[in-house]
Amino acid sequence: MSEGKQPVSRRQFLNYTLTGVGGFMAAGLMVSPLRMAIDPVLQESSAAGDFTNVKLAVEDITDEPQRVDWEIEQVDGWYESKVGKSAWVYKDENGDIVALSPICKHLGCVVSWEGSDDHPDKFYCPCHDGLYYKDGMNVPGTPPTAGLDIYEHKVENGMLFLGKAQPREEA
Amino acid sequence: MLQKIYDWIDERIDITPIWRDIADHEVPEHVNPAHHFSAFVYCFGGLTFFVVVIQILSGMFLTMYYVPDIENAWRSVYYLQTEVAHGQIVRGMHHWGASVVIVMLLLHTLRVFFQGAYKKPRELNWIVGVLLFFTILGLGFTGYLLPWDNKAYFATEVGLNIAQDVPIIGDEIKTLLSGDEEIVGAQTLARFFAIHVFFLPAGLFALLGVHFILIRRQGISGPL
Repeated sequence: MSEGKQPVSRRQFLNYTLTGVGGFMAAGLMVSPLRMAIDPVLQESSAAGDFTNVKLAVEDITDEPQRVDWEIEQVDGWYESKVGKSAWVYKDENGDIVALSPICKHLGCVVSWEGSDDHPDKFYCPCHDGLYYKDGMNVPGTPPTAGLDIYEHKVENGMLFLGKAQPREEA
Repeated sequence: MLQKIYDWIDERIDITPIWRDIADHEVPEHVNPAHHFSAFVYCFGGLTFFVVVIQILSGMFLTMYYVPDIENAWRSVYYLQTEVAHGQIVRGMHHWGASVVIVMLLLHTLRVFFQGAYKKPRELNWIVGVLLFFTILGLGFTGYLLPWDNKAYFATEVGLNIAQDVPIIGDEIKTLLSGDEEIVGAQTLARFFAIHVFFLPAGLFALLGVHFILIRRQGISGPL
């Protein structure tokens, strides 16, 4: 026991020890429940890199956007189901394939190419008259605040495969 | 007979001071609507608690039929609503009570605010009250998904998108709430059920306890 330091009394020692052990036990008890609760946050995103054959031959893709529909196997924890997906696909002026998500960036309705007779050469959303140019960028002054998401795509054996729809980088 | 039972217990464990301490206290004149009718504004806190009790009771009975599973949730609600005797009434109590709680809570908050009753020394109780407000809003938000109909689903989509807009950790908050990065589905429903029925009520009880202990300790604020 050094000079000037209060010696630890038996009572204090027991208090510290019991509090420490009790705290350790309580913390140990909560480790697994908390880890379980945050598991979804720590799961790696799996969907990236999954490409699906959308049954559209590349030679059939024109410079006019056409709608393709396909199904994916969606795994939601213990629940597996088939979920429908859609895209608007065309070749741009350089001959590159563009696949746009039809989900409006305003409130999530479904847009269609020339969906309104009043707006030729535009994607049109019927909910609030949202408009997008052919390249998927939103027409300023209409409700959407960003361009349509773009599907990742690849070509195998002349067939189009689509992956995940990705938001555009903020301009 | 009842008196005898009471005496028998009281003789052994002296319960009179306990219930006296909880129930036997004076209501100041300025808080009593019998003296000043305008004092009815002091009722809103008690009414909030009363409706909360109704929510707890009706909710307990609803879980006898409700199943938090995406295949069966809607059907179980439909069944209890249409086939079970008085099921419509119990669900109606829970459904309408949820809105009434929030109305009463807001009126109570407005009374405390405009009377300045939150000022020293009652700041702590104001803070506890704000936490209660968030807890009850959380109960409303999580309960809304449970019937698993279209309105429930899309309201939750909107709520989760709002949570996602929190700076920096928005995506994590959304995933933590919904149980999946993209899907609002089986895991979301299970989580919301757990939060609605166990986590938030536990917090609610603790906060209510503190709220009431503080008001008994500090008393109701004086007349204006």
